[in-house]
Amino acid sequence: MQSSKFAPWDDPDAKPLIRFKNVTKRFGEFTAIDNLTLDIYEREFFALLGPSGCGKTTMMRMLAGFESPTEGVIELAGQDIAPVPPNKRAVNMMFQSYALFPHLSVWDNIAFGLRRDRMPKRDVEDRVEEMLRLVRLEKFAKRKPHQISGGQRQRVALARSLAKAPKLLLLDEPLGALDKKLRQDTQFELMDIQEKTGTTFVIVTHDQEEAMTVASRVAVMDQGQLMQVSTPDRIYETPNSVYVADFIGDVNIIQGRATPEGEETYRIDWSEGVQPLTAKSSNEFAAGQTCHLAIRPEKVAITAERPEDAANAVQGRVHDIAYLGNLSTYYVELPNGTIIKAQTSNTRRISRRTFTWEDTVWLSWTATAGVLLAN
Amino acid sequence: MNRLSWFNTVSLTLGFAFLYIPMVILIVYSFNESKLVTVWAGFSTKWYGELLGNDAFLSAAWVTVKVAVLSSTFATVLGTMGAYVLVRGGRFMGRTLFSGMIYAPLVMPEVITGLSLLLLFIGIGIERGVMTIVLAHTTFSMCYVSVVVSSRLVTFDRSLEEAALDLGCSPAEAFRLVTLPIIAPAVISGWLLAFTLSLDDLVIASFTSGPSATTLPIKIFSAVRLGVSPEINALSTIMIGIVTVGVISASLISKQALVRQKRDEQAAARAQ
Repeated sequence: MQSSKFAPWDDPDAKPLIRFKNVTKRFGEFTAIDNLTLDIYEREFFALLGPSGCGKTTMMRMLAGFESPTEGVIELAGQDIAPVPPNKRAVNMMFQSYALFPHLSVWDNIAFGLRRDRMPKRDVEDRVEEMLRLVRLEKFAKRKPHQISGGQRQRVALARSLAKAPKLLLLDEPLGALDKKLRQDTQFELMDIQEKTGTTFVIVTHDQEEAMTVASRVAVMDQGQLMQVSTPDRIYETPNSVYVADFIGDVNIIQGRATPEGEETYRIDWSEGVQPLTAKSSNEFAAGQTCHLAIRPEKVAITAERPEDAANAVQGRVHDIAYLGNLSTYYVELPNGTIIKAQTSNTRRISRRTFTWEDTVWLSWTATAGVLLAN
Repeated sequence: MNRLSWFNTVSLTLGFAFLYIPMVILIVYSFNESKLVTVWAGFSTKWYGELLGNDAFLSAAWVTVKVAVLSSTFATVLGTMGAYVLVRGGRFMGRTLFSGMIYAPLVMPEVITGLSLLLLFIGIGIERGVMTIVLAHTTFSMCYVSVVVSSRLVTFDRSLEEAALDLGCSPAEAFRLVTLPIIAPAVISGWLLAFTLSLDDLVIASFTSGPSATTLPIKIFSAVRLGVSPEINALSTIMIGIVTVGVISASLISKQALVRQKRDEQAAARAQ
């Protein structure tokens, strides 16, 4: 995979393309972005992920030039961009609503930005043809935006924003209006185009699957702050907080008190009269400190008998089963009322399913399966 | 087809009779042979012929058209500018006051508008004529234009303008190349509204016209005071005809555009 080689964020000498330095943005009393510092590197596909109202769109609009920071500096290729108006920035944006000009044809929409630059007519034609080929819309050049489908409109919007070969392309929930199947196809198309053109992409999304699929790095945001910035696998496997663990994917959170038991190993007392759990963690915890053990459901095994060598095993009753076709998630209720999710692949036909409602089962996981978090 | 109940039939008949009987009578009598308006003496189109020979009416008609074209054009420019600032200007000092005040001329009695304009023209010493009527009509019709245009601007997707800026337009270019073409239908209907308002205005025109400029409504009104002549009926019938053709063709055009757009969208959805 490309991501194993491409990691400028780990290189201390790499110069970021975009640099947010202690940026704060307030709208009246409301703080949309709170003292945020972030570097984004050239050729990255960077995803800003968060629930609505977390400030991700504001960050994008500040990059495009539609908003300016209340405090702090945003640099693009080493230059403060605050005094540069949107029409003078080497940044283009693909809007959530696509914002195609309804009175212009597909061709003219794509040519719009090139003509503003007083590009010679021949060059405009060549560039538009190239863009149409890139998004495979050659046949639709003469159509108006309302004469093409949603997926095609989305590709026109992409072609239009790429036509000027910007240093940075901003994508604001670009696939929000597409249905799931089309969205998945388009995600791969986007990655392909990003690789082909070598443009730096910053995508705003609230869809974690989308962010994980397309991005080289993901920034999880909440209430104007960055919760964690890392590669998709690290965000998933080693979230740094309960918020991130909970936001990305499905997770069981078990709250308890930690007691050190040898090197990087902790005993977790989490409920009266229940056997304590064991977890390994490189994060340090003091004796008696409150901790949260986050375990992904697919890392919890479900068996009829108690496994002999399991570091952690609890018994419970199958409370509910969510059948997703390829996977099943078992909601197992423990005697103390806690519900723990365990996920298994449906490698056998459903009629041969081992467990059903009300069955007594054992859940088990290894000491390294979960992540121990302070908050 | 649903059959109407007797109650609905009666309501419909009464309503439309109320609306159209006066006009039908006017049209019928414009084809009257007799000079006496109230006595039917057979069919004739002679009053239409006579109208064409009446220089006073023709010159009044010319003045009216001139005033209507000029004033509605000025009103459209000013009204569109006003609407743009009020919808897009953000929160500036006195915005609420301004947006309230722009509606005031809509409810102001015409007599008062006319009188105040007359006082103004006398005060600054402009000789009354075509120019003063144009100014007066611009004043009262620009607020109608601004209401029509601002209602369109409120629903205008602002990201279209942002996209234009993003692609390298200056704000002025963005308005000219993107906003204006898209709101053009509202601007045109604002112009048409201003045009008809100006065509039909009697009160304000009487206050602000001078001896050199008489509009058609003034002419008709003063002629009627000497007794209704079939010639006036003929003139009014022509005006009704022009307005009817205008309204019908405008609605046909917009309906056709709507049908075409629907068809295109359905075709696009099928293609997907």
